[in-house]
Amino acid sequence: MPVSAAGAAPPVLPPLLAFLLRRLLRLALLLLCVAALAFALARAAPVDPVEAFLGPAAAQVGPEQRAAIAARWGFDQPAPAQFLHWLGNALRGDLGESSIFAAPVTQVIGERFAASLALMLPAWLLGGALGFGLGLLAGMREGGWLDRAIRLYAYLLAALPGFWLAMLLLIVFAVWLGWVPVCCAAPPGLLPEQVSLAQRLAHLALPVAALSVLGVGPVALHTRVKAAEAMRADFALYAMAQGAGRAEVALRHAARHAALPALAILFAGMGELFGGSVVAEQVFAWPGLGRAAVEAGLRADVPLLLGIALATALFVGCGNLLADLLAQAVDPRQRGRA
Amino acid sequence: MLEVSRLSIGFRRPRGLWRREVVPALRDVSLRVRAGEVLAVIGASGAGKSLLAQAILGLLPPNAAMSGEMRFQGAPLDAPRLRGRRVALVPQSIAWLDPLVRAGRQVEWAAGRAGLPAPDRAPAAAAALARFGLGMAAARRFPHQLSGGMARRAMLAIAALGEAELLIADEPTNGLDPENAARVLGHLRARADAGRGVLVISHDLAAVLPLADRVAILREGALQETAPAAAFQGNGMALASPYARALWQALPEVGFLPAEAG
Repeated sequence: MPVSAAGAAPPVLPPLLAFLLRRLLRLALLLLCVAALAFALARAAPVDPVEAFLGPAAAQVGPEQRAAIAARWGFDQPAPAQFLHWLGNALRGDLGESSIFAAPVTQVIGERFAASLALMLPAWLLGGALGFGLGLLAGMREGGWLDRAIRLYAYLLAALPGFWLAMLLLIVFAVWLGWVPVCCAAPPGLLPEQVSLAQRLAHLALPVAALSVLGVGPVALHTRVKAAEAMRADFALYAMAQGAGRAEVALRHAARHAALPALAILFAGMGELFGGSVVAEQVFAWPGLGRAAVEAGLRADVPLLLGIALATALFVGCGNLLADLLAQAVDPRQRGRA
Repeated sequence: MLEVSRLSIGFRRPRGLWRREVVPALRDVSLRVRAGEVLAVIGASGAGKSLLAQAILGLLPPNAAMSGEMRFQGAPLDAPRLRGRRVALVPQSIAWLDPLVRAGRQVEWAAGRAGLPAPDRAPAAAAALARFGLGMAAARRFPHQLSGGMARRAMLAIAALGEAELLIADEPTNGLDPENAARVLGHLRARADAGRGVLVISHDLAAVLPLADRVAILREGALQETAPAAAFQGNGMALASPYARALWQALPEVGFLPAEAG
């Protein structure tokens, strides 16, 4: 059992290393569970992999040939044996072949993930920074008109469905105003090396805006609560007794105290970000991992679907791990605690 | 130096659905702090002592309603301009330091707030800390890594930065061992002897009597009397109010004299 082995880790390890080791083992266990669950779901789905592989050609293939393909792929074996076989390959880095992209799953995920990251990373940073700033402003003057306006904005954003907002942005900025292109990561018909940086940025603008606006709400609300709490604390009163203004107290003290929950929300929200990117990539026809997931689902590309499930779980797990590591770095009282 | 006349403070709170009521917390308090003296304000918790300090510093909560007049050095008290420069606060506990910021850094920030130009802040902070026996090692610690006595000395260092004319010390001996308490009180006395005004707020009459010139007794938001410290002796017959007498006689050092006829 990996968990008990981690629990019995010898105390000679430095606390940070022990913490990392324990968390990495937990992450591995999580990935195993996700893999098993995803595999079970894929097996239970009413999808015939052979049919999906053949596509329109299915009509020309006889039952014997189908049986031969199924046997070649190991479909005649029981499900646990199939899972172990797949798991063994996955551990060696072979996630199989994607039928719809006609390429190894690892390669497809790698390319698509890079495209998604180009979308998600700026959106994540922008949304986080904007949310933190707005939350701090609101918390600085709790109950004031600015606080009310920012709160309303945050609740509104939290309540809006992402795809609806994305389409609204498309209609206004791409269709009516014509400032940015309507879809895709680059102008159609161009080779990747022919696309200029300006064109790339123009195509990136709207999806990033839609995705970051969605991340603002929760970060702003959490930052606001912590900042307001800090502004009421004794140390804030003391700072003001020393002659500090509200803005200085907000920037020096409240921002520090609000940074911790804001970072936690940001990193823990990487899962939501990914979910949002699935929607945004669909609306903006962005060739990222989220869109690949939707296509894999619709066209029964089981190996790709399993690979994406694993990659997503790894991504979210790393986000949570980073959030906890940062929490230790920001708060001196948490250092040395695992 | 500081004159407070007929200061009343109440808290507005909603009553029922529409109406509001004001809950009185401090009623008609008048007192003065002269240059070169220590005035001790004594009262049980809830008597309104800390509120008095917050009112002088202009840091009352937003739902507080204040009436009365406060004057500082002859002019109407303008708290936002005086805070940290001419009027300084020594808070009552370590919780008043920001737990996420190193102690030395907080002293540096305070130096900036007291009006020191940027290049002078770090040396001034180091010098102030050194004056209270705190070296670089203590400055690099976070508040939770300091002892209660060290934290109090750091806060005294902050109050000493701006050479404030009026020093307000809230429960200066709270949670300190006798040695550290004596050190803190000695410093406050020295500040008064150097010609500044010191306002000490405490629940502990015995602890502040040796240091105070005059003692104001606060009970449930109202001032009972202001008496010279010398009046607290013998059986307390020099004291005007029965409450002050009872307080004095209840001290163990006085010998738990039975309260005579109220």
